[in-house]
Amino acid sequence: MADTHLDQNVLSALQEVMEDEYPELLDTFIRDSEERLHLLQNSADAMQLMEAAHSFKGSSSNMGAVRLAELCHELEQRAKQKSPTGIEKLVGEIDGEFAIVRPLYEAEKQRSLSE
Amino acid sequence: MSPSLEPLTILIAEDSAADRMLLSSIVRRQGHNVLTAANGAEAVETFRQQRPHLVLMDAMMPVMDGFEAARQIKLLAGETLVPIIFLTSLTESEALARCLEAGGDDFLAKPYNPVILAAKIKAMDRLRRLQATVLQQRDLIARHHDYLLNEQRVAKAVFDKVAHSGCLNAPNIRYLQSPYALFNGDLLLAAFTPAGDMHVLLGDFTGHGLPAAVGAMPLAEVFYGMTAKGYGLSETLREMNAKLKRILPVDMFCCATLLCLSFQRRSVEVWNGGMPDGYLHTIATGERKPLTARHLPLGVLSPQTFNDRTEVFPMALGDRVFLLSDGVIDTCDGNEQLFGVDRLQRVFAANRQPDALFGEIGQALRDFGGEARDDVSMVEVSLLEATQLTPPALVYSDSGQSCPLDWSVNFEFRAETLKRFNPLPYLLQLLLEVHGLRAQSGALYSVLAELYSNALEHGVLGLDSSLKRDALGFARYYQQRNDRLEALQDGYVRVHLQVAPQGKGGCLVVRVEDSGKGFDVARVLERPLDGVRLSGRGVSLVRQLGRNASWSDEGRSARVEFFWEALA
Repeated sequence: MADTHLDQNVLSALQEVMEDEYPELLDTFIRDSEERLHLLQNSADAMQLMEAAHSFKGSSSNMGAVRLAELCHELEQRAKQKSPTGIEKLVGEIDGEFAIVRPLYEAEKQRSLSE
Repeated sequence: MSPSLEPLTILIAEDSAADRMLLSSIVRRQGHNVLTAANGAEAVETFRQQRPHLVLMDAMMPVMDGFEAARQIKLLAGETLVPIIFLTSLTESEALARCLEAGGDDFLAKPYNPVILAAKIKAMDRLRRLQATVLQQRDLIARHHDYLLNEQRVAKAVFDKVAHSGCLNAPNIRYLQSPYALFNGDLLLAAFTPAGDMHVLLGDFTGHGLPAAVGAMPLAEVFYGMTAKGYGLSETLREMNAKLKRILPVDMFCCATLLCLSFQRRSVEVWNGGMPDGYLHTIATGERKPLTARHLPLGVLSPQTFNDRTEVFPMALGDRVFLLSDGVIDTCDGNEQLFGVDRLQRVFAANRQPDALFGEIGQALRDFGGEARDDVSMVEVSLLEATQLTPPALVYSDSGQSCPLDWSVNFEFRAETLKRFNPLPYLLQLLLEVHGLRAQSGALYSVLAELYSNALEHGVLGLDSSLKRDALGFARYYQQRNDRLEALQDGYVRVHLQVAPQGKGGCLVVRVEDSGKGFDVARVLERPLDGVRLSGRGVSLVRQLGRNASWSDEGRSARVEFFWEALA
């Protein structure tokens, strides 16, 4: 189940790179993602929406949130279309996906702190 | 991952806090120092203040995006290469092209791969160092170039002082030379002898640049020094050759043509060592006689093997001698064809106005398609009436308090000495210690030279002056002179000088005797004084320039006087 949401290989690579700062990186990503979700839900126009989705896609892919990155990519593509449809549904899915990965990251943080 | 040898300072501009943190850790672990910025405007400001070596730049950022920030940073960096690697998950080629247009040097895709990032940083660092080295070397070359130009300016200024002490501005000399010809080894010198003859040297040192120019200075010194003291071509050539041989490396030497133009005798004496043919242009017949190189250049042979043998040709008023450097005939066209002697002679043949010749040669060289070379040197010297030229007054630096006024001296120069030694410069220097004689040094020297060469050539060597009636005989005469002098076993020339005060001035008596057969004095003295024949000019010259000239002992003894009044 977890593997379709988080790439464990990416996580162990991140831990190796960050060492002691690994838990802080996970915290930062969670905080960052909340901001980006907020931006997605309150975008004034397609352009803003596209940029927010693009950025969210980038950091999600860096953090191994595979499914989240995919959804952001889809949103970014759709926001580029002339008359975008299904935006709200996609934003809802991204929100749902984040609700899934967030506890996974928190658990990962606890696990690394207890090592 | 091994950290690179020298840590770089790397600016990371990224708006996502997690990405920024991750990238900072990766870069830091690779051994570099990290600066961070959360948007384009911050990135530009951080760059302005801290001048990082390399920038990792997110394309999409709030406030100022990565494209604009990259443009501004490139502008601030100027000539220095500050590599910018765009961080992007952009995949469309249009977006990637935008990164490059804004000055980006590479991309790094998300998710980040530390190995690829390290490799890219390394590659960019190599590029950055390469650019820095190129700039450094460019500046170094520019500095060296300035330095060289300045050295050349100084060298040229010094050299011009030496070279222009001569008489290149005399009315009978026309010349064409690039102002920096010296640094192509071309050298043009001209000076009057004390007798009012003119020595001209066109030389061409091997090589280019300063090495080609260094030999010019000692050569010019010898040329001017010996010409001013009254030495002839042979002595001057021997000295120049010996000096160059002594100071120049083996692969350096100087091709040269040396002329002595005698306005009184209406003749030109020529020595050509390795230069292209010069030309003696006889206006009356239109003939252009080639003055061909018969010797090796100066500075090649040892003093023992050096050959100072010259050729003498008669000249009429208005006749011209034309000399040129090999830059003229070696000018190339687009197909590496040489301009050559034939084309030069066609220009000669087409020439109608002698004064336009230089222009016509220059035009022909340009038409030929050769690029303008700066080692094209030409000089043309024409024979004028002696009175049309004013040799510069000699400058004396002594006070005159020690001027000798009552003395006499006798010299006897015997065969071995006559062969290789010219006593005239010494005699003249001795006589010019007498201040009263200085004003007439030209006449004095001319008369001494004439009496001495008469005694040597007609007396000791027994040469027949009637040979010099026509141009062919003229050449044969000088041929015989050289041959007989080389073979000379005995004979002498005696010179007696006597200086005595007379009132507030004084009187010099010169007597020159020789061991020859003498001549029919009465018959020679019958000739009118102003004859312009090639032969017999000597006697009338002595009678015109000196006072109370007389011959005794069947012509074997000549006597002439010079007087001076009280000095002002």
